[in-house]
Amino acid sequence: MRKKGRFFAVVDFLYICMMIIPILAGITLRILTKPLREGINITGAQIYLKIPMPFQDLVITESQINSWLVIISIFGLCLYLTHGLSVRQTSRRQRVAEWIVEKTESMVRDSMGEYFIGFSSFIAAILALSGFSSLLSLFGLYPPTSDLNVVAGWSILVFGLITYYKLKCGPLHYLKGFTEPVAFMTPINVFGEIATPLSMAFRHYGNVLSGTVISVLVASGLQGLSNLILGWLPGILGEIPFLQIGLPAILSIYFDIFSGCLQAYIFAMLTMMYVSSGFPMEDYFKKKDNNKKHNTKKALEVK
Amino acid sequence: MLEIAIGIILGCCALGAGVAMIAGIGPGIGEGNAVAKACEAVGRQPESKGAVTSTMLMGCAVAETTGLYALVVAILLIFVAPNIMVNVLLRAIG
Repeated sequence: MRKKGRFFAVVDFLYICMMIIPILAGITLRILTKPLREGINITGAQIYLKIPMPFQDLVITESQINSWLVIISIFGLCLYLTHGLSVRQTSRRQRVAEWIVEKTESMVRDSMGEYFIGFSSFIAAILALSGFSSLLSLFGLYPPTSDLNVVAGWSILVFGLITYYKLKCGPLHYLKGFTEPVAFMTPINVFGEIATPLSMAFRHYGNVLSGTVISVLVASGLQGLSNLILGWLPGILGEIPFLQIGLPAILSIYFDIFSGCLQAYIFAMLTMMYVSSGFPMEDYFKKKDNNKKHNTKKALEVK
Repeated sequence: MLEIAIGIILGCCALGAGVAMIAGIGPGIGEGNAVAKACEAVGRQPESKGAVTSTMLMGCAVAETTGLYALVVAILLIFVAPNIMVNVLLRAIG
């Protein structure tokens, strides 16, 4: 194995710090700013800052801060995994990085086709951001995906991509697509077009939020139950939350880990499906070929 | 009188949220059907388990959408609507 100097180790340590420090900072911020409340209740994202603006106040909430923390953390992870790449004598982390790249590329190739292979980095970014944002609730932080605004932003981005690929054959072709299969279906098609980003946003947000709501309901129910059983004991003995220890964790395995990762996967899959099905591949290549023939004919005529 | 009006608003919001969640029946039946068929398919062709599972998860996610719309409506009715309605009432009274 190639000898790695002290500098390498220092940079490695910095990258690991870059992964961990945002999470710790988020937890500290949460502890410092969270108002104390009695009992368990469901709240939205906490507002940290309000900047006055001409039309509407610019609001900095917990979800924005947390999603930036996740972004920094993922950036640190990427830097750590791709640090010290070599062609021979691959290290373990290089194998992990290669596995990630190969998996996403094969996923994109399977569901979108060879033409869209450049999408793999975008898809991997969506997967990582969405997955890690949902997993943030494991640290007791507010997951940004349970805020509708964050997910709506992503789905508007995806909607822009879909429209861009639909416009590849020119605006007339795009407008004609609405009148298919019959002309009087146009309003329904327009509604369907608008419903795409809406349903994507609601799906992701609703799944994560419903997990939170059910977890909180179960936790408060268990609190009541343990009060009922042990409440007659005097003093601090009556306040032992023995039912709340461990039991909500079983729900958390499904709602936080499985559901969060599944929603990330589904969001990425739907993005790929919508983009690749919206792109009129055959017409686009036909048009391109025609243009090429036309151009060569013109060039010959000029000669 | 005002207390009764506010009470009616809160109660109707809670009732509406409960009624909206009846929509959960649809996705439940649909996803149950999808999973049953996927199990059948895996039993018939165990080698295609990966493809069947990922397709089933996609289908379940799409079928779940209507249920999630109901959930969003219910959440709006519980957490957002009472505030707005009470404000409207107070403004109407003056």
